[in-house]
Amino acid sequence: MDNMTPVLEVKNISKDFFGNQVLKNINFSMEKGEILGLVGENGAGKSTLMKILFGMNEIAETGGYGGSFFLDGKEAKFTSPFDALDAGIGMVHQEFSLLPDFTTTENIVLNREDRKKSSVLSDIFGNRLDTIDRKAMEKNAIEAINKLGVDLDEDMLVSQMPVGHKEFTEISRELSRVGMKLLILDEPTAVLTESEAETLLMTMKKLSRGGISIIFITHRLHEIMEVCDKILVMRDGVIVSNLDKDKTSIPEITKAMVGREVKGGEGNKEGRDIEKLPDVMKIEHLWVNMPGEIVRDFSISVKKGEILGIGGLAGQGKLGIPNGIMGLYPAGGKVTFEDKEVKLNNPDWCIKNGLAFVSEDRRGVGLLLDESLEWNVTFTAMQAQNKYLKPILGGLIKWRDQKAIEEATNKYIKELQIKCTSSKQKAKALSGGNQQKVCLAKAFALEPKLLFVSEPTRGIDVGAKALVLEALKKANKENGTTIVMVSSELEELRSICDRIAIITDGKVEGILPASSSSEEFGALMISAGKALKKETEK
Amino acid sequence: MKGNLLSGKKAGTFLLNNMVPIMFIVIGGIGIVFSGFSGTAIMNEMMTRLSRNSFLVISLLIPIMAGMGLNFGMTLGAMAGQIGLIFITEWGIVGIPGMVLAAIISTPISILLGWWCGKILNLAKGREMVTSYIIGFFVNGIYQLVVLFMMGSIIPIKSEILLPRGYGIRNTVNLIGIRKCLDNLIPLKIAGVSIPLATFILIALLCVFILWFKKTKLGQDMRAVGQDMEVAREAGIKVEETRIISIIISTVLAGYGMIIYLQNMGTLNTYNSHNQIGMFSAAALLVGGASVDKANIRNVFLGVILFHLMFYVAPYAGKNLIGEAQLGEYFRVFVSYGVITLALVMYEMRKKREGREKGEMLAEAQKEAK
Amino acid sequence: MKKEIAQSSVKEKIKGFIDSFGWPRLIIAGFLLLLFLVAPLGGISILTSISDVLMRFGMNSIMVLAMVPMIHSGCGLNFGLPLGIISGLLGGTLSMQFGFTGGVSFLVAILITVFFGTLFGWAYGVLLNKVKGGEMMIATYVGYAAVSFMCIMWLLLPYSNPQMVWGYKGTGLRTTISTEGYYLHILSDFLKIKIGNLEIPTGALLFFAFFAFLMWAFLHTKTGTAMTAVGSNPTFAKASGINVDRTRTLSVIMSTVLGGIGILAYQQAFGFIQLYMGPFYMALPAVSAILIGGASVNKASIPNVIIGTLLFQGIVTMTPSVMNSLIHTDMSEVIRIIASNGMILYALTRKSEAK
Repeated sequence: MDNMTPVLEVKNISKDFFGNQVLKNINFSMEKGEILGLVGENGAGKSTLMKILFGMNEIAETGGYGGSFFLDGKEAKFTSPFDALDAGIGMVHQEFSLLPDFTTTENIVLNREDRKKSSVLSDIFGNRLDTIDRKAMEKNAIEAINKLGVDLDEDMLVSQMPVGHKEFTEISRELSRVGMKLLILDEPTAVLTESEAETLLMTMKKLSRGGISIIFITHRLHEIMEVCDKILVMRDGVIVSNLDKDKTSIPEITKAMVGREVKGGEGNKEGRDIEKLPDVMKIEHLWVNMPGEIVRDFSISVKKGEILGIGGLAGQGKLGIPNGIMGLYPAGGKVTFEDKEVKLNNPDWCIKNGLAFVSEDRRGVGLLLDESLEWNVTFTAMQAQNKYLKPILGGLIKWRDQKAIEEATNKYIKELQIKCTSSKQKAKALSGGNQQKVCLAKAFALEPKLLFVSEPTRGIDVGAKALVLEALKKANKENGTTIVMVSSELEELRSICDRIAIITDGKVEGILPASSSSEEFGALMISAGKALKKETEK
Repeated sequence: MKGNLLSGKKAGTFLLNNMVPIMFIVIGGIGIVFSGFSGTAIMNEMMTRLSRNSFLVISLLIPIMAGMGLNFGMTLGAMAGQIGLIFITEWGIVGIPGMVLAAIISTPISILLGWWCGKILNLAKGREMVTSYIIGFFVNGIYQLVVLFMMGSIIPIKSEILLPRGYGIRNTVNLIGIRKCLDNLIPLKIAGVSIPLATFILIALLCVFILWFKKTKLGQDMRAVGQDMEVAREAGIKVEETRIISIIISTVLAGYGMIIYLQNMGTLNTYNSHNQIGMFSAAALLVGGASVDKANIRNVFLGVILFHLMFYVAPYAGKNLIGEAQLGEYFRVFVSYGVITLALVMYEMRKKREGREKGEMLAEAQKEAK
Repeated sequence: MKKEIAQSSVKEKIKGFIDSFGWPRLIIAGFLLLLFLVAPLGGISILTSISDVLMRFGMNSIMVLAMVPMIHSGCGLNFGLPLGIISGLLGGTLSMQFGFTGGVSFLVAILITVFFGTLFGWAYGVLLNKVKGGEMMIATYVGYAAVSFMCIMWLLLPYSNPQMVWGYKGTGLRTTISTEGYYLHILSDFLKIKIGNLEIPTGALLFFAFFAFLMWAFLHTKTGTAMTAVGSNPTFAKASGINVDRTRTLSVIMSTVLGGIGILAYQQAFGFIQLYMGPFYMALPAVSAILIGGASVNKASIPNVIIGTLLFQGIVTMTPSVMNSLIHTDMSEVIRIIASNGMILYALTRKSEAK
């Protein structure tokens, strides 16, 4: 094979989801044995790009992609991940794809088990009745494990493994494939302990020396600096920098990731002096066990009447904060609201005492999809605050007041410009943006003193986004509602918040006024500070 | 010291894991004492019941392996087997050839029913058991339609197994032609206990088949599908097809099992024999220490012995204890349903607990990372 | 252009109607209609048939109504109905044992039923909360286990009313006990209307209407609304401050009590209390009736109950007589088994409902 032919060459790849451009003119190439670091904020387009390379069905189902890519000089046209596997691409996803009651070996060779000679029955009924050859399977598995160079017990059940070993099992599975040449690792270190992560980085280097190319996606920049040869930085669907490891530094990467040289950094410039405002909620040492978004030790004071932003990368725990306080996931610590101690793990108490929550999980938590808008908007207020009810027999029976319900719903439909056929329409029939407005209406109907909103603009179109943010601002200004807004979109936070707390590893990394520059936030977010410190320590 | 503590803990978990079988050993023991049966009588009865029921119970194993729970749809196979028996009785084919022919007739019917049942169960993932249970009722309706109305009118049947009105099969069909022909094929009697050796050989062959099947590619795929359908699918295993095959195998085996069962009984209750088979087989398996998602051959034999021991002695024990045989009969029915209920509840609760533990483990792992 | 749109929308509406109604229901409704149309050919009086259907409606409708609360709260189809029926059996037999007669015996029976229904329903509800997701299979076996346990109890409990116990030994309840002299036809004969061949059991219908009204009203209260929301999306309900487990338990209690009252209404018309294995298969007809009426595994309404019971009982009454008179064969049992279980299968396999 010609040494000059790159293992992977991506030419002009672009992709849109129904008009929403998520990838534009992606061009890059990789040599044999190269490790390519891929960084970028959430939503920068990394996952979509990987899905294209891996031939995921989702891409074809949403209209395919533009441009092309070449493996060893041959154009690749994958119709399913199996084509990608055949072509020598392996991918390890963030979520483990392992069978708990199978051993390491069984998982590594899953559906590629070695078979013994066929028996009479398999001649008649097909080769699925061949007996499998455990010895050969074990040999192959051990071979793959050795290639990876880690200490992995081939007979251990996955359910008994520490997290790191699961990760290694997944990688071994990819390595055990014949002709494996490009390995995609999607945030493999996110769930690992520090020592496990070290081991992984070492094995990656070993693999690359063995001629396997690796695309490494991570948020931890020091890891990138440690192992990568080249670094691609993505932002808003384009590659903003293609850097050489030896000629760059963490600050430069950080800047490329978040630093958009846009019109004067769109911070909130209303310049309210919130320092003088009294505290309305005091959160001390909060912990929340929300899988994937664990909060460890979170403390902050929320000022009365402010809009507090909470940002941070995915998985760092920012979503756990409102979910924990509002009683949706087990939580502990001390939270005081208006001098009363908040009863944790008790949604009823929270709502009755003037808290409200717009969940990030609209369909799962936020809505009664099968019920009418009327129900969706008024249900919570009805149950927690006895609104929209008519007492019968001196209050013995609390009858639903259909008229009041309709009036309230129509009021919010008008106010928030919810597009629907009537207040009787089912919530599932609305578009994402309108569903989000219904969730807001539900919260407003509670007339809360403090409102948590979690990812209010996730997955909704631009028009609805502006409306939702506007409605929040208005509630804050006109009704004096204190708002705590959790979002992955820094720019969105900066546009409406007074100050923004950045969460890393379940703790406050820092609090900055919204007018601070993107770089400052970026540095907090990717804990570049930490990483730098570490490097100097070394 | 530490070893002692550990073994103590081990004994505790052993007791907990084997709660049901231990309970039945106790019940059975008490029952034996009060029933007043001699050892030989009980041994004889147990031999008969073991040979009669084991094959049917084994047919439940493969769907459990594929994660589809207890296949209450095994009654479909039982009905197919009965149709085979009706035909050989009509044609007057007796003895082992009759049984073989009945099995041959039942096979395509079982395959068809099993395939359809598997298809339906693929539409009802997550509630396979209740669906297979209702499928049993539904197909029972079809079976009655065929046997009670089509046989003799559309399907040519002439012999005296027809109802006097000229179509439809009688309520009981005498299987004198094949009665105990397998059980008595190789006569063996040890210390007054007659052992149906040929039947046991057949059951042993089936066990070998099951053990071999677990080692095949298909068996491995079923175990994979049973653990996590999505992971199996990502690995390229045809999940739906694999699930359907597991139901087909179970249905076909249940058909053969029913034929063996009825050759021992000697009479076919055309409209009743199959109805309770699913329940009794499931209960026996669970009594043997199996759960909805884990079962093996040891559970089958232990379960059949313990369950049927209880079943056999309960009425007599009831009679001798309270002077009411009926009481013992109701007791054994209650225990059968009770044990299934208990097993289902324990299974669902464990599933929930595991989900919770997963979250806690994650939290723990993250704490350690810190 | 506009016309085209109108036409296509009419088409879509019809299609939407069929989709939402479901083809099995249409087949069953069509079949029943056909039976009524051909009935005169066999010399069957339509009016008598209607009377029969109405009588059976009065007997069975409350047991079908008992399905509603549990479906609303997301516990699925109540295959554990026999548990409720047992509380009704206890109510009926105890009332007779205590020596109440006539209308009073019926009232006392209801009171005792409510007591036991609440007790059993509470325990049953607590159990079902522990097995969320697997309710239906476990409900089935809880019902069976309860029935077989009560078989033992019927033998052992110290009943002594000579109308109820076995004559030859003086203990143990009989398999069937006549309600004559107690509450036989207490509802059916109340304000009964008789016009020629047409008989309307007004009392029984009013009795059902009363409970249907209570159910309707309950679903319009705050608690009823919460119950529906719990069934629709338990996480949403939790986030709104609802105690999901308690709401589910309440629904199970309601279902169980209604099942008990349902069997009392059945007994007064039927004339007998059926003990022992009597309640064993009583859940399936009620389940399929409400499904035939248009309910699904997680949605049900009062009209579903009424339509479903009428259709189901219509088939049960009409098929034997029509079949017998036309083709001199009684295929009705077979048709009933296939239709009712087919309906349940259809509901269980609907994709949108499989969670």
